Parts: sequence; structure tokens; C-alpha cells
Amino acid sequence: MGMRKVAVVGAGMTKFVRRAQETAKELTWEAAHMALDTCEMTMDDIEAVCFGTAPDAFDGVHFNGEYVSDGAGAWRKPYMRSYVGGGTGVFVPIQGWYHIASGLFDVVLVVAEEKMSSYYPHAQAAFMTIFDHTTERPLKPNLLWIFAMEMNRYMTTYGISKADIAQVAVQHKRNAANHPCALLGDANITLDDILNSEVLAWPVQRFDVSPVSDGAVAVVLAAEHIAKRITDKPVWIEGVGWHLDTSYWTNRDLAYPRYVEYAARMAYDMAGIKEPRKEINIAEPYDPFDYKALHHLEGLQLAERGKAAELYSNGTASRTGNMPICPSGGLLGVGNPIAAAGLMKIAELFWQLRGEAGARQVPGQPEHGLAQAWGDLMQVGTVVIMGR
Amino acid sequence: MHERVAIVGIGCTGFRSITPEQSYKEMVYEAAMRAYTDAGVDPRRDVDSFITVAEDFHEGTSIFDEYTPDQIGGALKSVHTITGDGLHGIASAYMLIRTGQFDVVAVEGHSKASNIKTLPEVTAYAQDPILNRPLKLNSHFIAGLEMNRYLFESGSTPEQCAAVVVKNKFNALKNPAAAYAADLTIEDVLTGPPLSWPLGVRETAEHADGAIVMVLASEEKASSLTDKPIWILGTGWSNDSPSLEYRDWAHAIYTEVAARIAYRQAGINNPLEAVDIAEIDDTYAYKELQALEALGFCREGEAGILTTEGFTSPESGLPVNVSGGSLGMGNLLDANGLARAYEIALQLRGEAGLRQVEDVSIGLAQSWRGVPTTSGAVLILAN
Repeated sequence: MGMRKVAVVGAGMTKFVRRAQETAKELTWEAAHMALDTCEMTMDDIEAVCFGTAPDAFDGVHFNGEYVSDGAGAWRKPYMRSYVGGGTGVFVPIQGWYHIASGLFDVVLVVAEEKMSSYYPHAQAAFMTIFDHTTERPLKPNLLWIFAMEMNRYMTTYGISKADIAQVAVQHKRNAANHPCALLGDANITLDDILNSEVLAWPVQRFDVSPVSDGAVAVVLAAEHIAKRITDKPVWIEGVGWHLDTSYWTNRDLAYPRYVEYAARMAYDMAGIKEPRKEINIAEPYDPFDYKALHHLEGLQLAERGKAAELYSNGTASRTGNMPICPSGGLLGVGNPIAAAGLMKIAELFWQLRGEAGARQVPGQPEHGLAQAWGDLMQVGTVVIMGR
Repeated sequence: MHERVAIVGIGCTGFRSITPEQSYKEMVYEAAMRAYTDAGVDPRRDVDSFITVAEDFHEGTSIFDEYTPDQIGGALKSVHTITGDGLHGIASAYMLIRTGQFDVVAVEGHSKASNIKTLPEVTAYAQDPILNRPLKLNSHFIAGLEMNRYLFESGSTPEQCAAVVVKNKFNALKNPAAAYAADLTIEDVLTGPPLSWPLGVRETAEHADGAIVMVLASEEKASSLTDKPIWILGTGWSNDSPSLEYRDWAHAIYTEVAARIAYRQAGINNPLEAVDIAEIDDTYAYKELQALEALGFCREGEAGILTTEGFTSPESGLPVNVSGGSLGMGNLLDANGLARAYEIALQLRGEAGLRQVEDVSIGLAQSWRGVPTTSGAVLILAN
């Protein structure tokens, strides 16, 4: 028996903002409601709900998934919350995919929400508690520091300059100027703006980093027979992949994300993609920091090691280029409410592949798109490949 | 697509009230090695995907899934975490295998409750931060309210709840893994210290440490791995309202919905006739009665009567919690459902030792995630 085909048939998202007035439940409800509206469904049509959000510490609520469940519409329905840190946003649709591909369900609502502003004054402090309690926490590490280490390692290994990397931030923030939900879109930002921004932890500067944000995104997934009834433009989930590396991140080669490579290979195998650089028309790699987009493009086999910056300098990555990268504006431009940011990339591919991305639409009727997220202790890669 | 999925390997370590000599990683490693040996698989070579169940606040670490891969052999492999009960983990593994993309999937759950210095405060942090937390409600207090409502609406009595404690703790005497076995009388239970009236201390499961790992496989793979596959006939899970204000306090509707889904998959119309043995959530004694009714084994108000008549004792109509349940084995936090399923798997294999029940072919495991959740899951297994 072949695999059951699963399609995305609806998507909705709230604005990404620094400090939302809405509660986590309300944000979740808004996104879910919008997604259902776009495919003319109601909760009565939904058989199961998959939910994603990053650590409970942000909201200060134990069993946060249970607490938010009614906002996600999971009332008297099967409901599960999955979890792979920052990779969660691209993992929840994978969870929705296996709900349907298993044959147990036909229509599943997938919601991802993050409200980082509840953590006062700044969500960064919550990340103190992600480190190993014995070997790392006594050193009081900060996420910016460990990513500064990784960025440094990446630059040193391949001889990449700060300016090479800053092009990513410029392009993504410019792309985001066309996104109605974006927090940091700026059509006029320049390389100098990035390079002259405040130094946070060398070589990481303020504009190299995506903003702490609040927001929610939802998509509706349906089995083939339902999808074809709902829409004449279903976007199929063609391949999924995820890999989690060891917890001992200090033993890892930080120059190259092997876990992303393995996740990508798993997804390419499933999608039957043999030459990703030719077959992937749009890529939404995870870009919480500008260097991460490059790092991930290499892991995804969309660029040679150490050469991803060339995609930006030669125009391949631009919205009108051969392989537009983060036409949405990515996390750097749209914002980074962690789990919601990953699912935003799935929603973007859905709109792009349907030709509904408005001012952000890439030309040339793209066939296949790839979304990827990453998280934990520089440890997990999650990949979804979608196609028309 | 793989239609049928079986449990082909099980392993556990524990269960004890404290485990100062072992870290959670060591406990999980021990359980995983037992499960892999039991299934005859090498996790690095044969297991395609891994699922763990955990909650950040139970572990004291944010994004706890970071710390799950190494001890189960899952580093640099496809691993994900569910913030759910172990039965949610089994359901996910079942779905993954059924997609046809995976042949062998491992599921892990553990409890290191003894590490949590402030468990009552942590549990209370699951309540609505705006409406409920200012009231400073202890979780057991909410359970007491729920028990009271259940007794009021169903007509069940405190004596019937006490009978659950007597039965389960007595059953646990035959389970070498059980931490809280005892030979009590109904009088002993009722005269014990009160916790939140009508709920008593002795009707509340104490916490225990332990880890459980299970290996699931597709039919084709299962037949080459084991001659005692335990088939999954059905699995269902559901949430009701998370709001204390708007939920049904007397009925476990989440369990009703979960059971309906699982029975439909398994083709079961009359659960009492079809199911030979059940392991049911009894983290509070009244929950076993409430769940028996929600699972459709009897009508509302009958579960207590059946229990005092001995209908749910071993070698009787429907043996319930022959393992000792959570009252006898200990409350294992997110691993409770896996402990229930573990016993069903042992019984269906005929490996339950002194407490083996004769002629069992279909077993049911059910779980609830505890106060203040309305989250439950049901798993139906067959040999």
C-alpha cells in the first residue's frame, strides 16, 4: 500500500509583535480561527488538534499545552503537544502529517503559539534553565554567547566575513517589508545599518538577531480525498524529516549542522528529491540569527559548505532569484515567536505555492518549497518539503 | 502503509520512592537496554524513530527534549518529545509506524519525582494563572472537590473508594516492582488521615521513581523479532475543558471520548464482554471508579458496587489493576500510562508471574494526566 497523501488546505497567522495584548489562548484562537476561515471549515470538521509551543517557562505555566488546549479548539477532541525546542514550529505540521498519514484521522488542525513577553523583563532569562544543571548552569551561559561561539566557529572555519553574513539580515528584513504581519520589516535597511548596530556578544550584533516576539500561526491539514473536495489548490506535504543530536553540544563540530543534513536527507528521500538545488524552488531555512540561514542552507545541501553566502551575493536568494530564500522575511524580518515562527514558514510556502503571497509572491510558479527549523542546544533539525 | 502494529519489547526499572544512587538518565538507560534486549534490536541500527514523554517542570529543565536522546540510543537520529502521558507516546509511535515510513519505533517515559523538592507547588503551577492561581489551590484540594462531586452525582460512597485502595494495594503484594504494597482493610483506609475531604491520604497514590521503555514494530518486522507480539487494536486520546469553571466535575468525558475512538478502531461494541483485563488510572482511588464508568464497563454509580462485590479483583469478572495500579506501584508522573500498558503486555504474554491472570486475550490500559488536566488516553492490546 502506498503512503496516504496529506495536504495543507488552509493557513492563518496573527501579527508578530513584541508585546501582545492578547493572552496565549487568545492568540492561539485567533490563528486557528483564521486558518479555519480560509478553508471554510469550523471546529466541527476538525478531528484532532496538534499544538506546538516552546518552553513552559515563558508562560510560567506547568502543563502549558493542557492550559492552552481550548484556545486551540481541542475541546473533547484528540489533542497532543509535541516538542523539539526551536524546531517545534516545523515539527508540529510533521505531527499533523503522521496523524493523517497513519489513516487514523482525515482532518487535523495544527497550531503553534508563543508568547515570550509574559517573561518579564526579557525572555532571555528563561533560557538560563535550558542548560545542563551540573556542567553548564553554574557558568550562567546566555544563548547569545553560545551562538556567538557557533557564529565565530563558522566564520573562522570557512573564512567568512561579517559583511558576507550581514547580507542575509538586509535581504530578509527588506523582504519582510511586504509582510503584513511582520515586526521588523524595513525596505530601506542597508548593510551598514547591520554592521553598525550594537554589539551584543561578538561577533553577534543586534541586527544579526531576530526579535523576541509574540504570535501564533495555524494550518489545516487534510487527507487527499478531503483536500480535493475543499480546494482546487491543495499544497501537498511531500517529505518530512527530523533528527536530534546528542545533548553534549560542547562535543559537536559547530561549523556544520550534521543533524540538519540528516533531517534533510530523510525528507528528500521521502519526497523523491534527488537534486535539491535544482528541485527546490523556494527555501525557508531557519534564520533566528543571520549566520544560521547560511549554516542551514549548507546542512540542507542547498549550498556547498562555506559557500552559502554566495547565494545572497549573486542574487540567487533574492525574491526574483533562482532559489528565493525566506521570501517571507524570515525570523529576522517577520519576528521570532519561537514555535509560531517555524509554522509561519510552512504558511508562507502554502501561500507562495498557491500563488497567493501578494507583494511577496515569487515569480515563475514554484513547484517545490522547503521549510526548516532548528533548536535545542544547537541540536535538532526539522524539515518539511511541500509541493503543488 | 502498515496496517498492524505490535509491541515487541518492554523494559522497566524501578519503582521506588527514592533512588538517590541513580540519575534519571541511568534509570532510562537501564529500562531502554532491557527493552532493546527483550525485542532483540540494536537501537543504533534497528530503531527508526524514538518518542519520549516529559514535562519541563517535572524535570527542572526548560526544553527538556534536549536531554532525551543519549540514554535511549537516539543521538543523531529521529527523536521527538510529547508533553503528554506515556499512552500519548504509544499512540504517536503507532501512528508513525502506520504511515509506512517507519518499521521500529521506541517510546520512553520516566519519573524522577523524588528529585522534585516542591512537587505540590509545581503541580499547582498548572492552574490558570489569572483565574485560579490567586486562590492558592492545592492540587489535592481540587481532587477532593472532584471526588465529592463524583460521589454526589453517581451515588458512590467513600467505602467503595476505600475498597479500591484495599484491592490495589493487596494486588501489589504479588508485584515485585511495586513500591507501596499493603494489606489494609476498608476501615484502615477510612480512618487514615484526611487530605481534602472526602479524599483521604491513603486514597492518594504516593510518587515513585522509575523508567519504562517499549519497542513497537510493524507487522512484518514484528513477526521476525518475536513470537509473542502484543498487537495494538486501538488507541484513543482526548481533552475536555482545561477550565475548572466550565468542566464536568462528575464525569471523565475525556476518557469517554478516548475510549469511543479506541473501541471503534478495535471493533469493540461491548467492552465488558470483549476486554479480559484492565489497568486503569487510580492516582486517586475514586478515579478508578469514575474511569470504569467512562470506559463503558458499567453504568454510572455501578463501579463502586462492582468493586465491593469483588468483580474487579483478580480471577473475577474484570480484573482491574492486578499490578497494584498507581496506588500500589506509585504515581509515575508522565510514565503512568506506560506502567499500565506494561502490565497489560506482561499479562498478555503470560509473563506476570504470581499475579498472572488465566485466559487473557484482550487488555485495556487507560491514563489521566492528573490535576488540573482533563487529558486522558486509552490503549487496547491483544496477544
